[in-house]
Amino acid sequence: MSRGEVRIDLYGGALCALLGCVAAYIGTRYGLGTPADIGPGLFPTSIGILLALAGVAIATHSARERGEAVEPPDLRGALCIAAGMIAFGVIGSYGGLAPASFALILISALGDRDNTLVRAALLAVALTVIGVVVFWWALKLQMPLFAWGWS
Amino acid sequence: MIGQALADLWSGFSVALVPHNLMWSFFGVLVGNLVGVLPGLGALSAIAMLMPLTFVMHPVPATMMLAGIFYGTIYGGAIGAILLNLPCHPPHAVTCIDGYPMTKQGRGGVALGITMIASFFAASIGIILMIFFSPVLVALAFKFGPADLFAIMLLGLVAGSTMSGGTPLKGVAMTLFGMLCGFSGTDVSTGSMRFTFGFPDLADGVGLVAISMGLFGVADFIVNVNRASFVAGGATVRLRDMRPTRKDLKESFMPMLRGTAIGSLFGAMPGTGPTVTTFIAYALEKRLSKTPERFGQGMIAGVASPEASAHAKTQVDFIPTMCLGIPGDAVMALIMGALIIQGVSPGPQLITTHPDLFWGLVASFWIGNVLLVILNVPLISVWVRLLQVPYRYLYPSALFFIAVGVLSTHNSLFQVYEVLAFGLFGALLLTLRLPVTPILLGFVLGPMVEENFRRAMQLSHGDLAIFLTRPISATFVVACLALIIFQLWPKRKFQAFNEGVDA
Repeated sequence: MSRGEVRIDLYGGALCALLGCVAAYIGTRYGLGTPADIGPGLFPTSIGILLALAGVAIATHSARERGEAVEPPDLRGALCIAAGMIAFGVIGSYGGLAPASFALILISALGDRDNTLVRAALLAVALTVIGVVVFWWALKLQMPLFAWGWS
Repeated sequence: MIGQALADLWSGFSVALVPHNLMWSFFGVLVGNLVGVLPGLGALSAIAMLMPLTFVMHPVPATMMLAGIFYGTIYGGAIGAILLNLPCHPPHAVTCIDGYPMTKQGRGGVALGITMIASFFAASIGIILMIFFSPVLVALAFKFGPADLFAIMLLGLVAGSTMSGGTPLKGVAMTLFGMLCGFSGTDVSTGSMRFTFGFPDLADGVGLVAISMGLFGVADFIVNVNRASFVAGGATVRLRDMRPTRKDLKESFMPMLRGTAIGSLFGAMPGTGPTVTTFIAYALEKRLSKTPERFGQGMIAGVASPEASAHAKTQVDFIPTMCLGIPGDAVMALIMGALIIQGVSPGPQLITTHPDLFWGLVASFWIGNVLLVILNVPLISVWVRLLQVPYRYLYPSALFFIAVGVLSTHNSLFQVYEVLAFGLFGALLLTLRLPVTPILLGFVLGPMVEENFRRAMQLSHGDLAIFLTRPISATFVVACLALIIFQLWPKRKFQAFNEGVDA
């Protein structure tokens, strides 16, 4: 295996196995019930076990395969998209729809390495105006346009 | 029987042609077409983005609009595949193989014209099947008990997870993960909270709009930003170029028929994805052709058959969704979810309780397909220009519509964080080459499977034999087993077949 190449399925399978085990463990605590009266925990537990088995199968299958080059998502892009959405949530609850929209578009647009600050700001202004007209004015979205503190 | 169906269809047209409904149908088709053309956005993200809009609408125009988006995107996806070799919509990846060489030979217009004819023809056949088979299926469906419904859904899950493209094992894992997501929230039978992790906002479960926008919108943007370059050179197509010659028509007629047959068959089977359908249609053409070596160099049959199959499947897909309440694939699951939010539950009773909705929808399919043909003739050059919208403007705009859209579903900002969580997790899954589409099918079918299983077990006092003693459920259980065995058996052959198409 050369540099940069990983057995991708090993990680994918491990992730599935982990998720399955966690779900099965949590599921047992909901109560399995009896065959005639199945409790809320039976399905989460059994599906969790099946998922864990599938994960193990994917991981073991990967042992026979060669590694392949994997390109993880661009960190700057991913961070900007996440930060933009968090900003939308936070500013949305304290500052209203218009500043929240502007922040989301501006921050997420800066995630693309070809975007300049001016271009991103112009896009944000244009889309915020369109969004306010469509969602707030025409579709009557229940959210204040501007707010200060808790609304 | 036939007379009754035609009378119902007639009343359906009177519903679909009400200006208000017609307008939304047109809007859906237009948006679907537009989004289908745009690189990186598919039917799922388009429907997820516009779903919040339907909450303030009457169910009839809402369904017409969502259905219009669905077949509109399929239409639009073919344009990018043929003209620019952009396989951004997996079902159209095979269309690139022969469609793009035709463009290079200057016959891209003809390929589009044939696509249009094949699509319209296949959709019409699909609609006719829907008109005549739905009432029959409904009459049958009233005899279905919980055990039968469980078995049918199980087949849908097995087929959906193993045949939606990619390796079957990964599909199964992702379907199971989707089911677990579906269990989140209040348990219907006992009222106990499951997988809410202490968030009161999760008491109603994970939002359908949130999970689909996260997995099909945000996850895609995270993976593609600064990575994929979609911009390609322009090709101009004039109306005159789109008219196929008599020879083209003759060469594509039989492939069109075969594609329609495959699409109808796969549409009726719950769980089979559109990508498998088009790949099989293409492979069949290649095998039946007298000149298989010329495939990949611009064979018109290689365009006509997959496109016909995609459209036939799209229309026939609505039959199990509307008549049984069992969605055939992820898009159908989303449309069904939108209907349920509207207070309309798809199932055998739908045709009698909401005849205006059912027959109106059928009629709107036809009108929508006519609209698509009319739209695409003059607008083709606009679409071509749209294909060149830079990604750096596209994804922030889409993110904005996603955020506001999901916010309006429950008027809660918590949903925005749900979208982000599924977006990040979806990006992780995509990086690990795990398919995300099966998650949605599991998400929607999971709770339904559980509910019917529990009901069946209550009826049989805990005896598992109920699934084998009832003929309908036994048939589907056997079909599930057969499908699993088929998947395990000729593995090498199936893989070789897939690789042959990929190349």
